[in-house]
Amino acid sequence: MMHGNATTAARDPLLKVDNLVVEYPIGTRTIHAVSDVSLAISRGETLGLVGESGCGKSTLGRAVLQLRRATSGRVLFDGENLTALQGDALRKMRPRMQLIFQDPIASLNPRRRIGDIVAEPLLIAGYKDAKKRQELVNEVLSAVGLDPAAVVSRLPHEFSGGQCQRICIARALVLNPEFIICDEPVSALDVSIRAQILNLLEEMKQRFGLTLLFIAHDLAVVKAVSDRVAVMYLGRLCEVGPSAQLFDTPAHPYTALLIEAIPVPDPEVRPAERVAVGEPPSPMAPPSGCRFRTRCPRADARCAAEVPELRSVAAGQYVACHHPLI
Amino acid sequence: MSGPALLSIEDVAVELPTARGNLRAVDHVDLALGPGQTLGIVGESGCGKTMLSRAILQLLPKKAKLSGRVIFDGQDLVRLKAEALRKLRARSIAVVFQDPMTSLNPVLTIGTQLIETLQEHLALDVAAARRRGVELLAAVGIPAPEQRLNQYPHQLSGGMRQRVAIAIALSCEPKLLIADEPTTALDVTIQAQILDLLAREQRRRHMAMILITHDLGVVAGRTDEVAVMYAGRVVERAPTRALFKNMQMPYTAALLAAIPKIDAAPHTPLAAIPGRPPDPTRPLKGCSFAPRCRYVSDQCLRGKPALTSAEAEGHSYACFHPLTIAAGVSA
Repeated sequence: MMHGNATTAARDPLLKVDNLVVEYPIGTRTIHAVSDVSLAISRGETLGLVGESGCGKSTLGRAVLQLRRATSGRVLFDGENLTALQGDALRKMRPRMQLIFQDPIASLNPRRRIGDIVAEPLLIAGYKDAKKRQELVNEVLSAVGLDPAAVVSRLPHEFSGGQCQRICIARALVLNPEFIICDEPVSALDVSIRAQILNLLEEMKQRFGLTLLFIAHDLAVVKAVSDRVAVMYLGRLCEVGPSAQLFDTPAHPYTALLIEAIPVPDPEVRPAERVAVGEPPSPMAPPSGCRFRTRCPRADARCAAEVPELRSVAAGQYVACHHPLI
Repeated sequence: MSGPALLSIEDVAVELPTARGNLRAVDHVDLALGPGQTLGIVGESGCGKTMLSRAILQLLPKKAKLSGRVIFDGQDLVRLKAEALRKLRARSIAVVFQDPMTSLNPVLTIGTQLIETLQEHLALDVAAARRRGVELLAAVGIPAPEQRLNQYPHQLSGGMRQRVAIAIALSCEPKLLIADEPTTALDVTIQAQILDLLAREQRRRHMAMILITHDLGVVAGRTDEVAVMYAGRVVERAPTRALFKNMQMPYTAALLAAIPKIDAAPHTPLAAIPGRPPDPTRPLKGCSFAPRCRYVSDQCLRGKPALTSAEAEGHSYACFHPLTIAAGVSA
């Protein structure tokens, strides 16, 4: 993508994704999960990635970490091309990148003690000294707001969802990574607990100097933690820009519809009149041209004929649309 | 609420025996709802909102102990015989659950499930039930309804499945629809469509609705009255506008403050509520929210505040230190 590099104009990128394509074969057909996505994340930055179920945001996250190999394209982490690495070379990179999942209870082994769960990454990374391991585990558990003495010998079922997510965060932090992908880390949690975990993630980011890719479907949650936001629809990026700017002046009609669809906790605000019509088409047979055109109020013949390229519309804001709102 | 109530819940309590002791899921709740009105019930997981809706429907787990009265259209459902209850549930009270995949039968076609309901409860013949089914699917915004009748639930998207569940719920023209987290499993653009659909059908049919949700954003624009639940009790209840304008219970205000705001600047720290809800098998002597409340006093730990009326009409709250007063003290 010619203008793809425009979005990667981030200073000092820790992560750079170039023209990434991920396709799954299903029988004789193909799911186009991620199609030609390019983006970059600066060191110390949080990039929010939003989109509805099935838009490919989790697949993109997994392809970045090489948990799912890309069909084509490159993933550069600190200058190293991960897509070209195999075996040991890739394993050496892994401690620097971690992942936090949506369902904290399901992502902890129910039969293992919390101390062992959090120490596991250290064992895998070859920390031989048991005392050192315990020290690091205690340190990271305290950092996420848990009392090590009280939790290390207990089992996951003894904890609430919010506490389990703290344990998952501790496990992700124990190797002192540079980069963490948070895949819907708070969507399984209650509102009052969600705020605790979001604040904790922000605090950990500062304390450990982390770079984050924050994947979520909730725009307000994404805005609360992100420096920049990327909006994805049916495998393609629609828009990328600084958080506040993107929410104030969305350029892509899909971004605008997503923002309008958020229920506002204020009875004086009438629910949006103009909600997105219809549902996303199947990623097995994405529409030609712009993939959003079948639900877009602005679509015309050109949208069916030409794939819109990501181009600059304002400082730092890029949109893939033939008829942008700004 | 003016005029006679369609539904009135009086002193309803639900206890569930568990291995760790009795769990008080619903703790003496009183609520009322007029014909055509919408009541929002808001609360977090485990606050008893779903158990309360099941108590209304008399669909509690077998071991549950229910006390109190549920008066619907002049009849106490708690005392109603099974057969009469079954008829009433089918014709007068319908329910839409959170997960449309589990509320629809995966091995029956959409048509079978919808037509069966219509035949059974409206005594229509197959052809008439089929015609009615197509009309209903069209009314809930399902394209090509004729073809959909022959499809199975797994062939539809989540949003479409929820539309089918709504069509089945509406099929017998209920007087009351209970929607239990109807959009929680759906994407945000689909959520808006489904909430619009529910509101439209409700107006058209002059149906009352109980909208159960954890999201204050969902109740704000779409209900007449809101009841906030915490640890099995209604802790604040008011007409929707009055509630948002003048929250009295610290929990309600804290819940609203904890939601990330779309117009706040990025990296604004959120007003999290410390701690977590109390263990429902170990009820507290005082106010259930006291351990997490910033206005807590000795009085709050000694006894439970009753749900009392404020000066404003229809606004009640269970708190010794309502915000208008607590704020004045702290200022």
